[in-house]
Amino acid sequence: MRYAMAIDTKKCVGCSDCVVACQTENNVPHGYCRDWVVEVMDGTYPNLEMEIRSERCNHCDNSPCVRCCPTGASHYADGGIIKVKPHKCIGCGACIQSCPYDARYSHPDGYVDKCTFCKHRVDKGEDPSCVSVCPTNCMYFGDLDDPASDVSKALRNRKYKALAPEAGTKPQIFYLI
Amino acid sequence: MKTRRDFIKISALGTAGAAVATSAFSTVKAGSLFDWGEKTPLDDSEFIRTATYCEVCFWKCAGWTYSTSKGDIVKILGNEDDPHCNGRLCPRGTGGVGMFTDKDRLRNPLIRVRKEDGKSVFRDASWDEALDLIAKKFKEIAGKHGPESIALFNHGSSGKHFGHLLKAFGSSNITAPSYAQCRGPREVGFVATYGAGVGSPEPTDIRDTECMVLIGSHLGENMHNGQVQEMSEAIDKGATIITVDPRYSTAASKSKFWLPIKPSTDLALLLAWIHVIIYEELYDKEYVKKYTYGFDKLKKHVKNMTPEWAYGITTIKPDIIRKTAREMGDASPAVIVHPGRHVTWYGDDTQRSRAIAILNGLLGSWGRRGGFYLKESIKIPKYPTPKYPKPKWSWKDALDGKYPLAGLSVANGFIDATIPSEENKYQLHAWIVSGTNLPLTMPDKDTLNEAMNALDFMVVVDTMPMEITGYADVVLPECTYLERYDDIRSAPHREPNIALRSPAVKPKYDSKPAWWMAKELGNKLGLEKYFPWNDFEEVISYQLEELGTSLDEMKVIGVKKFDREYGGLYMGDGEDFEFNTNTGKIELFSTELAALGFDPMPKYTEHPEPPSGYYRLIYGRAPMHTFSRTANNQNLVDLMGENNLWVNPKVANIWELTNGQEVWLENQDGAVSKFPIKVRITERIRWDSIYMVHGFGHSNRKLSNAFGKGVNDSELITTVMVDPIMGGTGMRGNFVTFLTEDPGKEIES
Repeated sequence: MRYAMAIDTKKCVGCSDCVVACQTENNVPHGYCRDWVVEVMDGTYPNLEMEIRSERCNHCDNSPCVRCCPTGASHYADGGIIKVKPHKCIGCGACIQSCPYDARYSHPDGYVDKCTFCKHRVDKGEDPSCVSVCPTNCMYFGDLDDPASDVSKALRNRKYKALAPEAGTKPQIFYLI
Repeated sequence: MKTRRDFIKISALGTAGAAVATSAFSTVKAGSLFDWGEKTPLDDSEFIRTATYCEVCFWKCAGWTYSTSKGDIVKILGNEDDPHCNGRLCPRGTGGVGMFTDKDRLRNPLIRVRKEDGKSVFRDASWDEALDLIAKKFKEIAGKHGPESIALFNHGSSGKHFGHLLKAFGSSNITAPSYAQCRGPREVGFVATYGAGVGSPEPTDIRDTECMVLIGSHLGENMHNGQVQEMSEAIDKGATIITVDPRYSTAASKSKFWLPIKPSTDLALLLAWIHVIIYEELYDKEYVKKYTYGFDKLKKHVKNMTPEWAYGITTIKPDIIRKTAREMGDASPAVIVHPGRHVTWYGDDTQRSRAIAILNGLLGSWGRRGGFYLKESIKIPKYPTPKYPKPKWSWKDALDGKYPLAGLSVANGFIDATIPSEENKYQLHAWIVSGTNLPLTMPDKDTLNEAMNALDFMVVVDTMPMEITGYADVVLPECTYLERYDDIRSAPHREPNIALRSPAVKPKYDSKPAWWMAKELGNKLGLEKYFPWNDFEEVISYQLEELGTSLDEMKVIGVKKFDREYGGLYMGDGEDFEFNTNTGKIELFSTELAALGFDPMPKYTEHPEPPSGYYRLIYGRAPMHTFSRTANNQNLVDLMGENNLWVNPKVANIWELTNGQEVWLENQDGAVSKFPIKVRITERIRWDSIYMVHGFGHSNRKLSNAFGKGVNDSELITTVMVDPIMGGTGMRGNFVTFLTEDPGKEIES
């Protein structure tokens, strides 16, 4: 089993519903976020191109955050989901530095926090909160090992990319382009 | 390597930022559910789920409020059966929790007291005292000037309750800025063409369209949920989107064609499209023959309005005008030239909307799959109350023949009618203002201020200390939509449907629902017979039972769909269809406009251009905010806490502006912004315009998140081009320049 997400940049309008839904679902404190929206512009008026995409932890297969964690708080959970055990975390921030995606933040309660792919929902067969709320339906989640999963189907018929592949972390968030 | 640090983040949340606030939901922290030290949010089944529909914007999506037994609201999710949202709320709906938790909410009634130095302050009051004062003042004013001199400005669900109260009291002077400051012209333009307005939600069949044309409408940034969802579906299916906008909007970035038009020239483009569609015979011939009136007149009218003619006006190249017209023709009738929503731009907006309506008529999209579907709604039975008394006069009389086609009341007309003068025979003396923050809504602030100063009495009802509360004599704190019942939502759609709003928790503080305020006030005004129920649950229960359902059932399902009664979603092939116009046809030539002396077919007129050193002020929406009402909502402030000033790099270069620099703005009439705004240098805006999101620049210090954040566009809209047909306030004819030094404006509140 290998959980992954595909996000359609052609459909995302950058409304940030994924961000606020994650906050209310996961009780993320105000001023912090586990996911965010990026807008990339190219060209000069009026020959312009723009990509909008929702970003979060890439739940990498080769995760520098897990490797550098001195206490084992950062770990691989079922399906390759990267999680943090708050009680084991000493808040040293090594993982924050190691992440090429800037996906982690220091929670005011003293541990490092990040996207969990809403494992508590996924375990019940539901989509992560961001996926299930997205008004443009631009996110697909599921098991890459299952050819019938939403994410497998989305990746089958479209061109896609991952972010910062040169970092060698084997990210598991894919952007349909 | 590009990382997100290189980009402009739309959600400007600093991962390394300081803690802004602790969680508002500490009581639901799942400390007891630690699994190997992993924090796991509670399961949805541990919460109480209550049916509601959203009030953060007018789309009114139905959803579920999740709350704890302790009375905390945790989250709000969409109702999957609701055609407005299909189970997916937008960021504002999801973030609606922030309206409930907002620490700056109005907590108890307030009464203005004037101090000896002439300044006035508010003091806390009991409900009884506040309502007694209102009843006393209303009786006094009605005794002197008649009950008709009391008016209501409203937006949203709570206004309905005060509308009922006012009608019972003898006034039909009820208005909402959502008409003459927003969608009014398109309603009138479509009524003049099809005999029917567009309404809300717009019956655009986007999910099945092959071509959608957006004229300055920035779907995706205006987060009209169901429409945005369908636009996404249409993109999936490969539909062509054509966006006309001087700004590279989000929709433009999703479009096959983006036409970066010179602002204020849209009507010339529309006429050139009509020209191409007629002279290249791209129109739906059978449809035009069977259903329309005035084709030959229109053909003659647009004879010289060629793409070459329009090129000189719009800066859009003739071949692009032809190519896009052919795209529409190819897709016909599965094509939507979108009527837009906020269309009060240049004062000839009814005529521009007419051109849009005409174009749709030629393409045969009205009543057709992929065009405009034939909507249906459920009529909610009225709870039996006595007939309202007949007012001696209404806003129509006050307009005195001005704006003859205003189908609904004109808010700016109410403001004019409040200012005393010899000609003003129908003066308004008191206002109730419910759910609309007039100082950040209405253009021409001087006239608004003059009217408010002339008023004898003003009651403001709101959940938040919006700027308008500062002008009130009495402020009534309303509870949020999550804490109250309201009318059953019935909105036209493909399938008629209703939705329930019911309270998830008790009202916080000493806030109350509007129905309660109206009823109590009614009792004090001797209007008990109009409120023959104990609470609103009784009214809804009655109505739901009349509709063949019940409150108990609706509490479980939230949304109920009904079968269509009046035929199919689309017109049948060759079906006889009578339109509600003078000719019974789609009027390409408007007999009604002709009879009133207006242009029966739209003509392009030139509009003022920015003076040297000034830039056209264009404003719009962001998907995470609604007007000015959400600017203090912490959940949404997290996503966007202030507006920025979009400036083209060429312009920034001339003015030596840098990204993030704070500037103040001064308009052509010398109006200066109260606060500075941060510059965002971007290729996404034309060099002759600047852009900002509407709804920021709040000046009430009691709004601790919103105060002083960004600029309020309304205070820079002092030149208004009024639509002579229906009174809409054209607001896109204002031009601003940059002040790089603090002009030292005093902040009054």
